[in-house]
Amino acid sequence: MSAQTISPSLTDNPLCSDWLTFEADGRVTLKTGKVEIGQGILTALVQIAADELDISPDRFDVISGHTALGPVEAGTSSSLSIEVSGKAIRHAASAVRKLLLTEAGTLLQAEMSNLSVVDGAVHVGGRDSSLTLSSLASSVDLGQSVMEFASPKQPGERRLVGTSMPRIDLLHKAVGEHFIQNIALPGMRHGRIVQPPSGVRRLVTFDEAALASKFPDVTIVRNGSIVGVIAETEAVVIKAIELAAKLVTWNEPEPPPKNIFGTLRALDNAPEVTADKGDVAAVTGKKISLTVTKPYIAHASIAPSCAIATWTASDKIEVLSHTQSPHGLADGLGVVFGLDGMNDITVIHKPGAGTYGHSGQDDAALDAVLLAKSVPGVPVRVLWSRADDFQSSPAGCAMVVHAEGVLGDDGRIASISMESLSQPHAQRPGRGGFAEMTNAALLDPPLPVTPVSADVPPARGGGADRNATPLYAIPNVHVQKRILQKWPVRTSALRGLGGYANLYALEGLMDELAEAAGQCPVAFRVAHLEDKRAAYLIERVAEMAGWPGPSGEGEAIGVAVSQYKNKSAYSAVAVRVRLDEEVRLLNVYAAVDSGEAVNPDGIRNQIEGSIIQAASWTLKEALAIDGDRIATDGWDAYPILKFSEIPEIEVELVDRPELPSLGVGETAVGTTGAAIGNAVKRAIGLRLLDLPLTRDAIQAAINK
Amino acid sequence: MATEIEFEVNGGRQRVKEDGATPLLLALRNNLELRGTRHGCATGNCGACAVLVEGRPVTSCNTPVEAVAGLTVETIEGFERDAVGKALLGAFMNEQAGQCGYCLAGILIRAKAFLVNTKSPSRADIAEALDDHLCRCGAHHRILTAIERAANELSGGQAA
Ligand code: FES
Ligand code: FES
Repeated sequence: MSAQTISPSLTDNPLCSDWLTFEADGRVTLKTGKVEIGQGILTALVQIAADELDISPDRFDVISGHTALGPVEAGTSSSLSIEVSGKAIRHAASAVRKLLLTEAGTLLQAEMSNLSVVDGAVHVGGRDSSLTLSSLASSVDLGQSVMEFASPKQPGERRLVGTSMPRIDLLHKAVGEHFIQNIALPGMRHGRIVQPPSGVRRLVTFDEAALASKFPDVTIVRNGSIVGVIAETEAVVIKAIELAAKLVTWNEPEPPPKNIFGTLRALDNAPEVTADKGDVAAVTGKKISLTVTKPYIAHASIAPSCAIATWTASDKIEVLSHTQSPHGLADGLGVVFGLDGMNDITVIHKPGAGTYGHSGQDDAALDAVLLAKSVPGVPVRVLWSRADDFQSSPAGCAMVVHAEGVLGDDGRIASISMESLSQPHAQRPGRGGFAEMTNAALLDPPLPVTPVSADVPPARGGGADRNATPLYAIPNVHVQKRILQKWPVRTSALRGLGGYANLYALEGLMDELAEAAGQCPVAFRVAHLEDKRAAYLIERVAEMAGWPGPSGEGEAIGVAVSQYKNKSAYSAVAVRVRLDEEVRLLNVYAAVDSGEAVNPDGIRNQIEGSIIQAASWTLKEALAIDGDRIATDGWDAYPILKFSEIPEIEVELVDRPELPSLGVGETAVGTTGAAIGNAVKRAIGLRLLDLPLTRDAIQAAINK
Repeated sequence: MATEIEFEVNGGRQRVKEDGATPLLLALRNNLELRGTRHGCATGNCGACAVLVEGRPVTSCNTPVEAVAGLTVETIEGFERDAVGKALLGAFMNEQAGQCGYCLAGILIRAKAFLVNTKSPSRADIAEALDDHLCRCGAHHRILTAIERAANELSGGQAA
């Protein structure tokens, strides 16, 4: 196998020393481009490396998301970290072990087959030789090819992988000062900018004198349409920026944008066809169609976006950021400031609160660098306000999804057609050599306009079309998407991308087709699944939930199944709901198959969390839009699921040690939303198509 | 106008020179360099910044520092000084209750005040007590289980 087929990260970082180095004190440094965003990835990667090296996990330190010291890897997204970085690390660690043991064999004049490793100590014939892997590392060149020496252990030989090792970072995150928001560098000052209402606005006036007279000690920074302040203390910055926001005026955008759903429905640009099989137009039978709308939703992290930047006297930039793509951010900042992202800019990842996608992290970094440029050598920290974080972060896309199925006379599905309409789902910094940060376009001189994003290509799992292609064996299938470009509300990646809305429509359609065929939704799905892993899960989750359970009378179970991106982890979800005035979640059951489970409890934790987050989207969440800008300014206007609304949750993993590990962060969001929609239909006989399913939406549907 | 404000934090006397209207959150984090207390919404809506004042949970982001003059404050840095704190933190780690962990400091603080005053709470009681705390990661289920577990340990193993 080539490096590329094992992991693209090995092509870019082919050497053992790109991934692992040994320190003089016997500690091991594991290096990864992937970053911890609450998903437990660093723990899982340490498990993998520790297993291959036979060194205890507590001897490891991790360098993560450091553009100067770590490997160059793509950002942490799409549930790919285990699949890509994990595989690279497994191979690299096995190669390091081989190189070091070869040296031990020479020194000890022993056969390789006679050597073993016990927590880093080399044993010969079962006896401690007094050599350790780390002592050997000082005389062995680890700058050698991973692929040449890699020989990972067989699944049965792994001892740590497959165990629920506790998170290496959780205690610090509970009680410590572990987050970017908590870092204070020596001499650091605080800054903020007045966030423009949207990327299409330009500053018209700013009464700088009024601000300066009220706050004589703050540094006022101006660049194009950006107004910012820097001060000694955070308390002063907060007050100064509040006043500054009242001292600016903005132009009114032309022409005022229309309602997003109307705009999406009216799209008539050429569709991109992402799946086409048979001939859907030629099919006859009973036709069922439905259209789902999903509003813009927020990443809504508990901590607002934050960054600390230093612009050095020699025109280098160092940025601490909770970005998910350190290299992309460095490239993006390079474009904005005319520097070489690779050599002049260092981005170092520091953990933030969970954002579940591309929120304001990168934009906050741009703000910090912009301000830092005017005070060379001084670190400047920017922490957005909660309102800024709702209003200036990219949003999760609003979508319209048309789903249509035809039931043949034989009671089987003859065709399914899907059309997904939305803005692009991933517009991260550095893409294609462009900045991709809103405020970059508002500087003087403005940067060249970023070309439109074609959305995430099917090879990377698709964006608007993610999971729109049915997993079921259906003879005629047509899937297409239309992307709305140049819309003032900026969008980017949020957990699951288009998969959440597409599955709400597609798995809803499956229930409608089953009903039309007079069949049980579970059996109907199984009858259309050639994929045995998916078929097993839907039957298993039905059993866990006590399917079919009650039906009607305001209480019911709904089910859904999918494979994330049609090529990653599988999940089947069953939700039991009760409807009184609103949807009350009673129980959620999930059966999950993600191949070899590196850390089963970590996987359960991710699945539980994604179920709760998707339930929150489904029942509550929508950003309010006012023309070109996001109007939602705080938690009062954006409720999320509360503790007293949390259902009982039961997750079962199907461990398949013989199959490759697949990322699980996103697989259950689409199935959870769809299962709720299906449960509501079975409970009250109404299919609710416009998300979210709030109390008002339920009442309106019942009264109609 | 900066004035001298004195209060007790985690058992030790502290003095800050600050504008009395400055939020306690900023005084703790920036003046006293106790940054374990989390800066969340800063508007009193998320619970991330909770601390105990005279044993009662308050959101420090909308409590002016002058309001705690002469009073006792407990932050997450002082959390493990008593049996309830130890039991809670142990239970959170045992249950691996948390993902990004940002919400946890405030939730632990709230849970402590709750358990000190409530023996053998039901799961629903615990959930209700935490309703002012937001968690974006969906760690709620485990957090509830961890608090149940701590409550159980503290009551000598008699389940609620
Ligand atoms: S930060 Fe105080 S309640 Fe949110
Ligand atoms: S664990 Fe991330 S916000 Fe609660």
